[in-house]
Amino acid sequence: MRLFDLRLIIAFLFGLYGVVLVVVGLGFTSEDDLRKAEGVNINLWAGVAMAVLAVAFAAWALVRPQFADTDKQPLKEL
Amino acid sequence: MSVSVLAEADLRLDAGPLDYALLVIYFVVVLGIGVMARRSVSSSLDFLLSGRSLPAWVTGLAFISANLGALELMGMTANGAQYGMATVHYYWIGAIPAMVFLGLVMMPFYYGSKVRSVPEFMRRRFGKPAHLVNAVSFAVAQVLIAGINLFALAVIIDALLGWPLPVSICVAALVVLAYTTLGGLSAAIYNEVLQFFVIVAALAPLTIVGLIKVGGWQGIVEKVTDSEQLSAWPATELTGINSPVWSVIGLVFGLGFVLSFGYWTTNFAEVQRAMSAKSMSAAKRTPIIGAYPKALIPAIIIIPGIIAALIVPEMTRLKAGDTDTGVAYNDVLPLLMRDLLPNGILGIAITGLLASFMAGVAANVSSFNTVFTYDLWQDYVKKDRPDEYYLRVGRWATVGACVLAIGTAFIAAALGGSNIMDYIQALFSFFNAPLFATFILGMFWKRMTPTAGWVGLLAGTFTAIFIYAVSEPSFGIELLELPGQGASFLGAGLAFVVDILVSVAVTAVTRPKPDSELVGLVYSLTPKEDRAHATTGEDAGWYRSPALLGGGVIALTAVLYFVFA
Repeated sequence: MRLFDLRLIIAFLFGLYGVVLVVVGLGFTSEDDLRKAEGVNINLWAGVAMAVLAVAFAAWALVRPQFADTDKQPLKEL
Repeated sequence: MSVSVLAEADLRLDAGPLDYALLVIYFVVVLGIGVMARRSVSSSLDFLLSGRSLPAWVTGLAFISANLGALELMGMTANGAQYGMATVHYYWIGAIPAMVFLGLVMMPFYYGSKVRSVPEFMRRRFGKPAHLVNAVSFAVAQVLIAGINLFALAVIIDALLGWPLPVSICVAALVVLAYTTLGGLSAAIYNEVLQFFVIVAALAPLTIVGLIKVGGWQGIVEKVTDSEQLSAWPATELTGINSPVWSVIGLVFGLGFVLSFGYWTTNFAEVQRAMSAKSMSAAKRTPIIGAYPKALIPAIIIIPGIIAALIVPEMTRLKAGDTDTGVAYNDVLPLLMRDLLPNGILGIAITGLLASFMAGVAANVSSFNTVFTYDLWQDYVKKDRPDEYYLRVGRWATVGACVLAIGTAFIAAALGGSNIMDYIQALFSFFNAPLFATFILGMFWKRMTPTAGWVGLLAGTFTAIFIYAVSEPSFGIELLELPGQGASFLGAGLAFVVDILVSVAVTAVTRPKPDSELVGLVYSLTPKEDRAHATTGEDAGWYRSPALLGGGVIALTAVLYFVFA
């Protein structure tokens, strides 16, 4: 059975979350928000971290495609 | 009075449209995974065991995620707040050795014998009576635990967002039902891996902001007044055993050996993840890869608990002995989220909590339907039907499991307590500790007879139930006084010993199976090459050696104990 590549789903979800949080962090952070999180712009930083995670997974999926190894050699069991 | 896991404080979060949008995106992806995974399902093995096709990093993260359910998150942050650093034992001595043991010692038999479930191994090793005991008790336990998970989820949604309990129970069950009926185990496992990252994304910011607020690790050390809370040993508060020596013995033998090995090595909801791996090497590596995040994750589970006890006003008062604060230790995560997180990341945190709760339920359901289909229906009800028939049974079993879980969620509401972990530990000790005794004896002692298999199992289980009954205060027959987790350690330990003694005694007077039927199931009768894994193709490379990875995580855990305990 050949399942789709989970790494691309992870990249998609966290890419989206990352972008949204960075935008919120940069453009829509109030003084109250900052005070709540001890002065840290936590949305911005968490967003950046998630975007990095997304890029890492996308890169991994591109560099090492899921079925590359098995495509080259015929399946022995068949 | 209906027991609430979360006491009636003001936990209502200030969730805005943005938070809800992030939550909705997650649910769309979760359901999408179910829809997409459906295309890969063409046989019952695809549906119930992912066609044994998944890479080790996926099964490894799913292995750890299946265990990161509601009870784990709420219970362990609560333990962090209540007992402090001693809680690390659940992650280190209480998990890592057992996970490495499962990978290196037991997986060769589980994966090599091509059984499709843990009860099926039981059937081939000990025959039908032991199989039936194992399959039925597992199926019942999974439905019970799924119900508790659903209930915990509903309580927290009620507290956080104000949805009525029945609505959340049914909505969550329906979402789990949708993706597991469509995509089977693959959908459950893919979602578990996704959930792992969402939980980390939820808890890491909470921990970081919390640490900044409290002044870093140094701030914790200065502010925690009871120095015992900062050291993991001898954990007398956690075990409820006053003597430090016996407390350590209880931890090492009760938690570290019996409870933990029983849980990690025989619980099919866990082992199933490894069985779905694509090769023997990947199956061996599954629990070991899972052990790395398991060793590190206390940083974002226990530390928030400790921090909450320092900076959340209600929690500080509770810790000081004030019983009228309106909060319980289980409220740690919602309280921290309320106090520390602004909208946006708050939505991610809510998503992480709900994701964790749902994945717990999905793990219960997806292991239940495999045992129901292969071990109960195929073995005892309708044999020798075409495979499409069992695929259909598997789908209907999923529906049945979700309906039963909704039912048990309401039962769980009547059984809940201030620390739900106590109950779940007790449940596991009923089933898992004797199971481990029987498995380990059966795997390494070929003489052990089929009769000894089921008699030992029953004797052990009744021992655990007996100890629970006479030590649980709410039952009113309290012969043993062990607050904390001491009772479940003792119950599990005694269940293990009784199981071994009874099994040995019964074996002495009953007839063993012929050697020819035990090939692949017992150590001395399984050729070495059948237990070995390939080291070519996608299993090549020194960094994929199960033994090396296993040694690595044991070393990591030893270092962590040295530094933090």
